[in-house]
Amino acid sequence: MRESIPKIGVYVCHCGTNISGKVDVDAVSQYAATLPNVETARNFKFMCSNPGQQLVIDDIKEKGLNRVVVASCSPRMHEKTFRKACQTAGINPYYFQMACIREHDSWVTEDPDQATKKAKDLVRGAVFRVTHHQQLTSRVVDINPNVLVIGGGIAGMQAALDIADGGKKVYLVEREPSIGGNMSKFDKTFPTLDCAACISTPKLVAVGQHENIELMTYSEVIDVSGFVGNFKIKIKQKPRYVDADKCTGCGVCSEKCPSKVLSEFDHELTNRKAIYTPFPQSVPNTRVIDADHCIYFKKNRCRLCEKFCEANAIDFEQKEKIVEVDVGSVIIATGFETFDPVTISQYGFGRFPEVYTSIQFERINNATGPTSGKILTKDGRKPESVAIVHCVGSRDKNHMKYCSRVCCMYSMKFAHLVHEKTGAEVYEFYIDIRSPGKGYEEFYNRVQEEGTHFIRGKVAQITDIVDSPEDRGKLVVVAEDTLARKVRRIPVDMVVLSVGLKPSSGIEDIVRMVGISLDSDGWINELHPKLGPLATPSDGIFVAGCCQGPKDIPDSVAQGQGAAGEALSLISRGKLEIEASVANIDPEKCMGCRQCEDVCFYGAISLNPVSFVCEVNEAICKGCGNCTATCPNKAIELKHFNNDEILAEMEGILFNFDKFQGDFNQDEIKPDIIEPV
Amino acid sequence: MTDNGYEPKIVAFLCNWCTFTAADLAGTSRIKYQPNIRIIKVMCSSRVDPVFILKALLDGADGVLIGGCAPGDCHYSKGNFYARRKVALAKTLAQNMGLDTDRIRLSWIPASEGPKFAGVVNEFTEKIKKIGANPAGQEVFI
Ligand SMILES: Cc1cc2nc3c(=O)[nH]c(=O)nc-3n(C[C@H](O)[C@H](O)[C@H](O)COP(=O)(O)OP(=O)(O)OC[C@H]3O[C@@H](n4cnc5c(N)ncnc54)[C@H](O)[C@@H]3O)c2cc1C
Ligand code: SF4
Ligand code: SF4
Ligand code: FES
Repeated sequence: MRESIPKIGVYVCHCGTNISGKVDVDAVSQYAATLPNVETARNFKFMCSNPGQQLVIDDIKEKGLNRVVVASCSPRMHEKTFRKACQTAGINPYYFQMACIREHDSWVTEDPDQATKKAKDLVRGAVFRVTHHQQLTSRVVDINPNVLVIGGGIAGMQAALDIADGGKKVYLVEREPSIGGNMSKFDKTFPTLDCAACISTPKLVAVGQHENIELMTYSEVIDVSGFVGNFKIKIKQKPRYVDADKCTGCGVCSEKCPSKVLSEFDHELTNRKAIYTPFPQSVPNTRVIDADHCIYFKKNRCRLCEKFCEANAIDFEQKEKIVEVDVGSVIIATGFETFDPVTISQYGFGRFPEVYTSIQFERINNATGPTSGKILTKDGRKPESVAIVHCVGSRDKNHMKYCSRVCCMYSMKFAHLVHEKTGAEVYEFYIDIRSPGKGYEEFYNRVQEEGTHFIRGKVAQITDIVDSPEDRGKLVVVAEDTLARKVRRIPVDMVVLSVGLKPSSGIEDIVRMVGISLDSDGWINELHPKLGPLATPSDGIFVAGCCQGPKDIPDSVAQGQGAAGEALSLISRGKLEIEASVANIDPEKCMGCRQCEDVCFYGAISLNPVSFVCEVNEAICKGCGNCTATCPNKAIELKHFNNDEILAEMEGILFNFDKFQGDFNQDEIKPDIIEPV
Repeated sequence: MTDNGYEPKIVAFLCNWCTFTAADLAGTSRIKYQPNIRIIKVMCSSRVDPVFILKALLDGADGVLIGGCAPGDCHYSKGNFYARRKVALAKTLAQNMGLDTDRIRLSWIPASEGPKFAGVVNEFTEKIKKIGANPAGQEVFI
């Protein structure tokens, strides 16, 4: 090892006349030549051009330069270009520094003298800084080709299928006993009115049978550690008390089970048994015993299901299992829940039997629902009139201030279904109709033509108080018709509340585990609202579907496919270069106070329980430097942005050359000991 | 433009993702602003150690500007909120050292707001001109 002093080359770019039109580039390069450690300083028409780069490369080789400063445009433009040139010439790419004298100087400064002065200051800062630069190498890690998908709604299923079809292994974790999500509850889907089951059931089956998909239903992710390409996932599999390998799905157990529970899938419109599957097409079709309602678990007797199961599949001894899997990327597709309108008490949900939520109304319309798809009141009558109330919970500053995006459309789908199935009068109470989408406006027109009454106004109250004879036996919907400018009281047989969408419960735990955040409405923050809609700030973590915000099925599917594409693209890279500018903790200086651990948003820092000092996981660190500036002991160095480098740049900038007399003190700007290049 | 020829020197620590980009944008949109600012890039405003701010003032900077992303927009999620605390700490320390805390300014300037960046620089430069030269830069200062 030999000590070598820095030999800096400074290159001032004219950028045509973009810089030289304002800055005296000759003066700047002449000045640069007088700065300490500068071996050569030149100016050139276009530094980023091939001849410009060649100039640097030749000088490095011929004059033995080991540091390079280019004063030109913003580093955001060409830092990579010049780093590469340095590398080509055989020096470490991080032995380079750029001074921005175009965007930050020639283009924004009126006075040429001031611009030249500023350029000199900036070049001086860069020269001082580059002296302190260290050799850095970006590291490369392998990417595990397995993918975890959390949530088996339409978005998650689509993502899983695309990745599995691409030949990669997928773990699909769904917390309910079956995959399918919200879509599997619907009857028809807007605007084409395809039957939801006809388009989703084949997907469920494909997911269940795909050899590359390991389906884990009734399971939840409880821990995520590691980093992009190398995540370790802990999954809790709740006991089903039914042996999946033996259960044939015949359903005798459910028939015999004496314990009745309100069905979650039917949103409490029907009962299910304590041993059940959520719906007939469930995937997997293995039954589940709901231990909270099973008589055996509560009272230690019954076991009727066991007695009648010919396959001997019932296993009361099953225990919760924790499974660990390794994956390279994660797709979150946890979807949404519907808003609970009980809190809007003036709408009478829960009080009036004929007030339904939209998701309940989907079940009523569904052939496997409580009325086998017929629209009937609870006492079995065909309704003569139905009111559909838009924006329940949505666009409401007391609840959710955003628009839930799908409610106008599904409300109009309901209007169509009511017309078709009952011939009843339909009243849509809306604030604005929002129908942006392919064929959506046309669907709106169609529903209008079918004779639906559209009343523009927010519903104030739903009441059973009889005001006039025609109110008798009806629910009266009171609303201000803002177009006709009068209060309307419309008696109806059924009311459907078009409840808004809100994030699935438990989403907070998921985002905490993977180190990302939620927006003020509780949806997952994507990396960039326009240019990074499926990625997140945590590398290797992607989102798809409604967990990122309300959207319809086509958009959810598109996102599922997009996220699969992101994951596959990551996998096909095979290896990943990890940023060289990461934090590093000096164990000699760390006192284990863990303040850095607290401020690191990515969880890159953890305390080593043996040495009791903190350590940075370089693969997770994003190089923000928050910890570096936080550590009270100055134990943390952020590579390429360490204190020496930043302070040297600052000292360079502030160095008062006009007042300065005599030689530079070489000690003050002393170079680091570097290895021969 | 200049008040009796005094040209202050202002050091700006700008985060790479927002304010530094806004400064680039001011450049590409050719917005002219006061020439006194010297930009130092950091990846996030949270990298700005209070020591940098104090050292800048002690080394003779007349003003220190710290620029970060708008609340909620920090590329590293919440770095700018930490920056706010660090700047507050630097101000307290500066005050104890007898330095004028108005010489320190934290601004949140989104990447898309070149004009805002130019506006902040002009405003801050004017203010520093009013405050006058930093005594710490002129004489031995303890
Ligand atoms: C009443 C109603 C009618 C609609 N009608 C239409 C229509 O006609 N046409 C249309 O295009 N769109 C319609 N939509 C919108 C449609 O429902 C959504 O676009 C679609 O269901 C979103 O799919 P997803 O996969 O993102 O979410 P979901 O369907 O909500 O699936 C999410 C899945 O993730 C699971 N999950 C949640 N949290 C976890 C966790 N922590 N761990 C594991 N798993 C978890 C859930 O159990 C669920 O299975 C309607 C919406 C409503 C409310
Ligand atoms: S803040 Fe500094 S001293 Fe405290 S644990 Fe982190 S590295 Fe160690
Ligand atoms: S530099 Fe930022 S990302 Fe890296 S360890 Fe420090 S706080 Fe975490
Ligand atoms: S990245 Fe701009 S403030 Fe953190």
